[in-house]
Amino acid sequence: MSEKIYVFKRFERFWHWSQATLIIFMLITGFEVHGSYHLFGFGQAVNLHTISAWTLIGLWVFAIFWHFTTGEWKQYIPTLDKVIAMIKFYSVGIFIHAPHPFKATQLKKHNPLQRLAYLGVLLFIGPLLWTSGWFYLFFGDWSVWGVDKYVSLEWVAFFHTAGAFMMLLFLIAHVYLTTAGHTPTSHIKAMITGWEEVD
Amino acid sequence: MLTRTRITLSALVAGAMLAALTALAEPAPAKPNTATAAPQAPTVAKQKSASTADHSKFKELDKDFKTGPEVTEACLICHNEAAKQVQHTKHWTWESVDPKTGQKRGKKNIINNYCTSPISNEKDCMACHAGYGWKDSSFDFTVEKNVDCLVCHDTTGTYRKLPGDAGHPVYVRREFPPGSGKFVEAVDLKKVAQNIGKPSRTNCGSCHFFGAGANGAKHGDLSSSLQHPDKYLDVHMDEKGLNFSCATCHSTSSHQVSGSRYNVAAAVTGPAHIRGKVDTSNPASCQSCHGNKPHPAKMSRLNDHTNKIACQTCHIPEYARDNIGTERSWDWSQATVMGPDGKPFVRKDSAGRRAFDSKKGAWVWESYVIPEYRWFNGVSKFKVIGDKIDPSKTVQINEVGGSPNDPDSRIWPTNVHRGKQPYDKVNLTLTLQHTGGEDDTALWHNYDWQKAITAGMKAGGLPYSGQYGFVDTEQTWPITHMVAPKGDALTCVQCHDSKTGGRLKNVKGIYMPGRGDNNQLLDKAGWALALLTLLGVLAHGAGRIYMSYRKG
Repeated sequence: MSEKIYVFKRFERFWHWSQATLIIFMLITGFEVHGSYHLFGFGQAVNLHTISAWTLIGLWVFAIFWHFTTGEWKQYIPTLDKVIAMIKFYSVGIFIHAPHPFKATQLKKHNPLQRLAYLGVLLFIGPLLWTSGWFYLFFGDWSVWGVDKYVSLEWVAFFHTAGAFMMLLFLIAHVYLTTAGHTPTSHIKAMITGWEEVD
Repeated sequence: MLTRTRITLSALVAGAMLAALTALAEPAPAKPNTATAAPQAPTVAKQKSASTADHSKFKELDKDFKTGPEVTEACLICHNEAAKQVQHTKHWTWESVDPKTGQKRGKKNIINNYCTSPISNEKDCMACHAGYGWKDSSFDFTVEKNVDCLVCHDTTGTYRKLPGDAGHPVYVRREFPPGSGKFVEAVDLKKVAQNIGKPSRTNCGSCHFFGAGANGAKHGDLSSSLQHPDKYLDVHMDEKGLNFSCATCHSTSSHQVSGSRYNVAAAVTGPAHIRGKVDTSNPASCQSCHGNKPHPAKMSRLNDHTNKIACQTCHIPEYARDNIGTERSWDWSQATVMGPDGKPFVRKDSAGRRAFDSKKGAWVWESYVIPEYRWFNGVSKFKVIGDKIDPSKTVQINEVGGSPNDPDSRIWPTNVHRGKQPYDKVNLTLTLQHTGGEDDTALWHNYDWQKAITAGMKAGGLPYSGQYGFVDTEQTWPITHMVAPKGDALTCVQCHDSKTGGRLKNVKGIYMPGRGDNNQLLDKAGWALALLTLLGVLAHGAGRIYMSYRKG
């Protein structure tokens, strides 16, 4: 018999899905600005990308505040415990229906690989995108800031694009791994309803 | 340990929050709204003059003037500084010194890509000199009565100066062009003198619209369509709207007209001019009224362009935006080619514009021309008379300065005019040729290049080897007139276009998002890794499905 535990609180689910929507939308508009395809038209893509960026900044302000006040930031503290077990599970165990080595609880809702991955997104991909995006956004103020001699749009765009590709890779892997819970849909259901089925 | 981590993380989070909140409080850079210097109600031509003097009542002007200089003498009785002022301007000297390089330019010194040079052709060319009697190099530039007041101040539209008269107006009714059956009336100098006023578009246009000898031919952004322009053609000069005259932008003090093709204010920064504030910058620039951040907050992204792009680049999407058009090339090597009957002939293009003339060669016209874009810092080095050329290359009549890394350069729209001109094959100089006139050496009279060049070079004091050929030439004008209404300005995708490279595809040295300037290695690696990841997870998923079937 499986039991259910309440893993994701309402704000967390709201934050996750709105962030997911914004990031996917920013990938779509961002790669159009990059010149990879024509969809909205360059000018419109820039506008939508900029609006999404400001919205995401707003969302992050709330999310940071929420994580800070609820202590949920601890979910991202990395651990090496059971990392090997998780890798073994994804490469072997999952094919032979071996038991999942990690049992989510309200105190530890992410498995060790998730922790590492999300921490990587938070501490590397995120800052890379934010910093380069910030320069991109305020291109017109570089001379006022006195940085125009040291920063070139070419490199800002390079790092921003590199960050976008990393986010895309994360997105692909992340979406797939949502099916790698105790049942193929248990993770997804948890992020929608808050309740996760565990063994 | 945990406590320390918590404190560090808390500090980080608080810092990030503060940064984010600061950003939210100040979401965009300051955008002073300097765009709207409230337009004054347009002065309609027929409206009563605002002048404090009615010139028709002056006894000094109530006489039958025989010549232009007589009128000027009358003007100078009251306006006793006016001639001295005019004599300090390019309109009089036909000379302009580059403040940066010291090079002497101006019509008197350069060779242009159209009629080439006025030297030895003064009688014809000086129809557009603001003076009387410049017929050869003996002209005395200090004689005040030879300043032509009327060509700029006539309001009657009857003042005409024709080629051949060395700048004098038409004193006797005559057929022009000769043999055309059309007659030009003698100017009623008394009437003109009694009806003077501030220069209108027609005054300036009487020369500047017809440069190179045909309407619209020379500049591309100036033609007689600007006499009565609509909003589409020029948002500022729109006769039913703002109705600017030339001098509204080319504001003038002591007869010194601001704004020059020779000294272009290519990269104006800072806010708009304000009354009373000391400001020595060129008032004939977009920024002098609009400032350097003219777009409203919701279009602030456009303001980010102003440190790389001239306003004209987006706001003059095409030049020669009329059916008059402009000349794109002038091939002098075709001059003296005769018709099948051995006689000189002329041919017009399908739009009725000059296409060939045995006197002058062949032309190509175009309307609604898309400019060529280049970096420009306002400094052009001109070919002056006697400069050496390299005939194996296209001769740059003016070398446009500017580069991507120069803070004083902007991307400008330009009209590049191509030509073919005679040159001295031994001395390697562009030649001067005597074209106009009724004498034996005049090209347009005798159709003999050798005689025409010999006479021209002699008049200019240049050595001539006796051997001439023709060389490809190119002249580059920055475009600044015929400003379109905002609805007709370039849209983003007209430059940010990865398919075609857009309007600026030939402009190097700048990274433009969406133009295909991307780092190709990053793009290839990024998409390859994304594809591999996708294939990886699909294979993983397929494996899981397969294994559960086998088990089931």
